[in-house]
Amino acid sequence: MTAVPRTGTWSAAILILFAAVTVMPILGVVLLSLQPPETQLSGFEWPDRLHFENYARAFEVAHFASYLQSSLIVSIAVVVGTVVVSTLSGYAFGTMRFPGENVLFYLLLTGLVIPFEAVIVPLYVELRAGHLTNSYWSVILPLIGTNSAFGTFWMRAYFRGVPRQLLEAAAMDGAGSLRILWKVLLPGARPALLTLVVLVFMWSWNEFLLPLVMLSREDLRTAPLGLAFFAGRFTTDRVGMAAAAVMVALPVVVLFIATHRRFVHGMWVGALKQ
Amino acid sequence: MNGRGRTALPYLYLLPAFLFFTPFVLVPFVHTLGLSFYDWDGLTRATFTGFANYREAFESALVRSAFGHALVLIFFFCVPPVLLALPLAVSSTRARVPGGNALRTVIFLPQAISTVVVGVSWGWILALDGPLNAGLHALGLDWAAVDWLGSFTWALPSLGLVGTWTLIGLCVTLFFAGLQQIPGSLYDAAAVDGAGRWREFLAVTLPGLKGPITVALTVTVISALRAFDLVFVTTRGGPGTETVVPGILIYRRAFEDGRLGSGAAIAVVLSIVVFAVTFLINRIADRRAP
Repeated sequence: MTAVPRTGTWSAAILILFAAVTVMPILGVVLLSLQPPETQLSGFEWPDRLHFENYARAFEVAHFASYLQSSLIVSIAVVVGTVVVSTLSGYAFGTMRFPGENVLFYLLLTGLVIPFEAVIVPLYVELRAGHLTNSYWSVILPLIGTNSAFGTFWMRAYFRGVPRQLLEAAAMDGAGSLRILWKVLLPGARPALLTLVVLVFMWSWNEFLLPLVMLSREDLRTAPLGLAFFAGRFTTDRVGMAAAAVMVALPVVVLFIATHRRFVHGMWVGALKQ
Repeated sequence: MNGRGRTALPYLYLLPAFLFFTPFVLVPFVHTLGLSFYDWDGLTRATFTGFANYREAFESALVRSAFGHALVLIFFFCVPPVLLALPLAVSSTRARVPGGNALRTVIFLPQAISTVVVGVSWGWILALDGPLNAGLHALGLDWAAVDWLGSFTWALPSLGLVGTWTLIGLCVTLFFAGLQQIPGSLYDAAAVDGAGRWREFLAVTLPGLKGPITVALTVTVISALRAFDLVFVTTRGGPGTETVVPGILIYRRAFEDGRLGSGAAIAVVLSIVVFAVTFLINRIADRRAP
């Protein structure tokens, strides 16, 4: 073991230190969520036993079952919509030449930097006029709109990296453009698509301003929105709040951990192509 | 017929994306611009007031301090994460660290967690009777324990450090992905030239990471300018107006005070700042290109 180079030990030590600093607050909240209800804890402490009933309480009494369901509906709809439209537009930008190509691409790119704060006011007014506020659509449609900017950018980068010979050979065989996309390109696009799915799911699940403005009906609230209201109203129920916070974070964290290796690989592939 | 079909085809593929992008991003953005020249409560008739909303915004001490606070947050969200993530990513790439992947996953986690969860969690940690102060008391540093988010001095830097905590992992992941692409031959060449660690870092690593660093700067600065969520769930702009950021003002004016035009004007200014900063960062990165 003495053969381990010094730098390796130092790197490991630094990495472990940062991981510890990162994980401490998370661990603290998880431990808090497992304390007996009504505990007023100030510190990281191991609970006497694991009080999972806090989760049941938040799930049923505090309506988090409904909040999580709302978030799931919204996020899945946004992921499906974004992936479909971005694949199609990324395919056009990445493999075809046409007049106005650059103008349209840069127009879409502005979507990467336009903050939601800058569109939220008229968006609310317009959706209210169309009687769409207080429906999932008022969150789903704008989220597909902004995410399709990133999605197009992302898929274009992937399609540009595909060797032209591959496309030309398929076209020579008489395959139509949609068939080339489906049969030739998409099978190889899995890592890029997976990264897109994870990112868009994460952004949709965690979006706060949009549902805050659009959804005033309690039964439509998304998980982060429900948590914000819960934390604002029950300031003394810290254990319940911690349990709710863990539940809101868990789906994305699980998805991220499950895909992390391929997610980073996809990011690498994506970055390489730009 | 065939030739015509071919020219229309690319636009057909773009159509679905633009069907979502145009009405829900582009048009509202243009409307924000228009709305900023009106005085409107959202219900009755709007009156055209020219640049009055902008004049009010630039003269208002509150609006100016909101952008000042955003500047402080930009520092915390941007500088420490990038400076800390660089050596972290480099050292963990050069030396094989057992479990390195798992550790990097852990460091990225805050990025995957909803800002509301982050805010609620840190709200507890930084509370007067929270774990941070408990730790300070345990160390005998009773004088140092304060109500972090309720303090006029500490509320804003505290939120800034929460941002630092959130964004280090993103930077590490970006830099780590970027480092994988630097050809090993470049390092060999540097070694042949007798370059030390530091020279090697300046000559090979840093230029090789230009892309990821640009992305990291852009993303962290934008998330600092958009810190609405974090502020809304932790301090709501308080104590006093110490942590008010542009997003909070836009929300308050448009949705609480019924001054949609005034909120829109601040939104336009915020967008211009975001555009300018993004442009500047990418411009500088392009010029430094070898």
